[in-house]
Amino acid sequence: MKKFTTKQISVTGITLLVLLLFPLVITQTYIIHVMILVFMFGMLGVAWNIMGGYAGMFSFGQAAFFGIGAYTSSFLVVTFHVNPWIGLIAGGVVAAVMAAAIGYPCSNLRGHYFAIATIAFGEIVRIFFNNWKLVNAAEGITLPMVNESFTNFMFHSSKLPYYYIILSFLLIALVICYFVAHSKMGYYFRAIKESHDVARALGVNVVWYRLIAIMISAFLSAMAGTFYAQYILYIDPESVMLLAISIQLVLISMLGGAGTVMGPVIGAAILIPIAEFTRIWLGHKGTGVDMLIYGFLITLISVYQPQGIWGLFANIGKKKNG
Amino acid sequence: MDKSTCLDVKGLSKWFGGLAANQDITFSVEEGEIVSVIGPNGAGKSTLFNCITGFYKPNSGKVSFFGKDITKFRADRICKLGIARTFQIVQVISDMTVLENVVTGALIRYTSIGPAKEKAEEILDFTGLNDKKSFLGTELTIADKKRLEVSMALALQPRLLMLDESMAGLTIVELHGIIGLIKKIRDKGMTLIVVEHVMEAVMEISDRVVVLNSGKKIMEGLPKEVVSCQEVIQAYLGDKYRAVCK
Repeated sequence: MKKFTTKQISVTGITLLVLLLFPLVITQTYIIHVMILVFMFGMLGVAWNIMGGYAGMFSFGQAAFFGIGAYTSSFLVVTFHVNPWIGLIAGGVVAAVMAAAIGYPCSNLRGHYFAIATIAFGEIVRIFFNNWKLVNAAEGITLPMVNESFTNFMFHSSKLPYYYIILSFLLIALVICYFVAHSKMGYYFRAIKESHDVARALGVNVVWYRLIAIMISAFLSAMAGTFYAQYILYIDPESVMLLAISIQLVLISMLGGAGTVMGPVIGAAILIPIAEFTRIWLGHKGTGVDMLIYGFLITLISVYQPQGIWGLFANIGKKKNG
Repeated sequence: MDKSTCLDVKGLSKWFGGLAANQDITFSVEEGEIVSVIGPNGAGKSTLFNCITGFYKPNSGKVSFFGKDITKFRADRICKLGIARTFQIVQVISDMTVLENVVTGALIRYTSIGPAKEKAEEILDFTGLNDKKSFLGTELTIADKKRLEVSMALALQPRLLMLDESMAGLTIVELHGIIGLIKKIRDKGMTLIVVEHVMEAVMEISDRVVVLNSGKKIMEGLPKEVVSCQEVIQAYLGDKYRAVCK
């Protein structure tokens, strides 16, 4: 494993410190809310990136895993009064198992065909939940109010605990992604991304490593799902399983830099505020304006900087050092 | 079976619909030998490679590697057992550096990156690519890509190395470079199967030659015997070699 330079350590440390102090200085609830969304979508982007950016499996069905996570923990809370932290893990496991179940038959699908399969998967899951009586179908699940505490994963008086929880989730995802990227697994994922043939010729069990990538990705996405449910306290298929969410995750990762650890976080930090602030400034009339800006940015990125914004930073760093 | 028999192919056939790409092919390779497989385009050389290495499942026949039946094994398992291959159309990981490419190969025998990197450096020294180790796969010339592909295969630490047209499309100088490398690999005691069109190279490096035509083995023998065989000349070599052999 490569050693970190002092510069890398100090930049990471300062960024972390700023993020930790940020909500204590800027106390407007709405800004905190946007930051929470940035972290959550950043985490989802990191999860997408493990399978999409590293292993080359472009998923347009990530919202299904997000939704399954949200639904598993919420269903367990409402029906069996299971603690949401246990639900968090349960949701991750259910999502990972679902991911393996759908990933295995798709083992030989690559590129566009895999992407199409994931769209179908995401839509099937959404429609299924929309009609599934056990989980209240289209009515969705409202989480019961309980006393605020860390154990209950519920806070009423302030958004700060949510801010710190999702920040730590994001950090967990980043650490996992970093270790994946710098391990045997990461090398094998990138071989698979290049071509199945080259990976097989290098002794990579393609089916197995693809499943691992999908399962890690699904687990992390489901964690974010449980967080969302505990934060908003209401979920329905149209809010947690939308194709639009899946697409947004792809855009976030591509904009920031697919196949880089930090890329999706950069992407989320740019796109989520755009979406939220156009909504504030333009209100209902502004629906879709964020998509216009997204489209413009994506065009710029794909023409001038295909490795994403993170690639731009990396190139500048290289030029300085070289 | 003789213990030193590295690869034994018996009655191997592969059909694509009504087309027999390989038909009842039988040959074996002794440990430490270099066997060349030659034949015109479409003779079934690459199909044979793919059947041996598990990329295709043969319709019938048997492939044994050091006495072990590997006919139905998955490609990655065959690779772990010790058969490494390169591709006719060169395949490297384009967004990885040369070093990372070779590390990916070396990881088959290691679980952590450190020792795999050491092994990779050692191999790049051997294949003469060490000065380009931080180049990306896409930045290499065809000759260097082929050299890299051989390095990746060597990183798998195989007992049998199968090269599919490692010399096609190279300049004379590059060609001699690759021939030199193959000889160096042979001198380390590696067993090799080489698919090649460059007859000068085949004559120079091979211990034995297997000739395929239309999916069938039409001849097997020493390089000298092969180039003087009437059937081979007609099927593949052309009159130039008739003149040379007379």
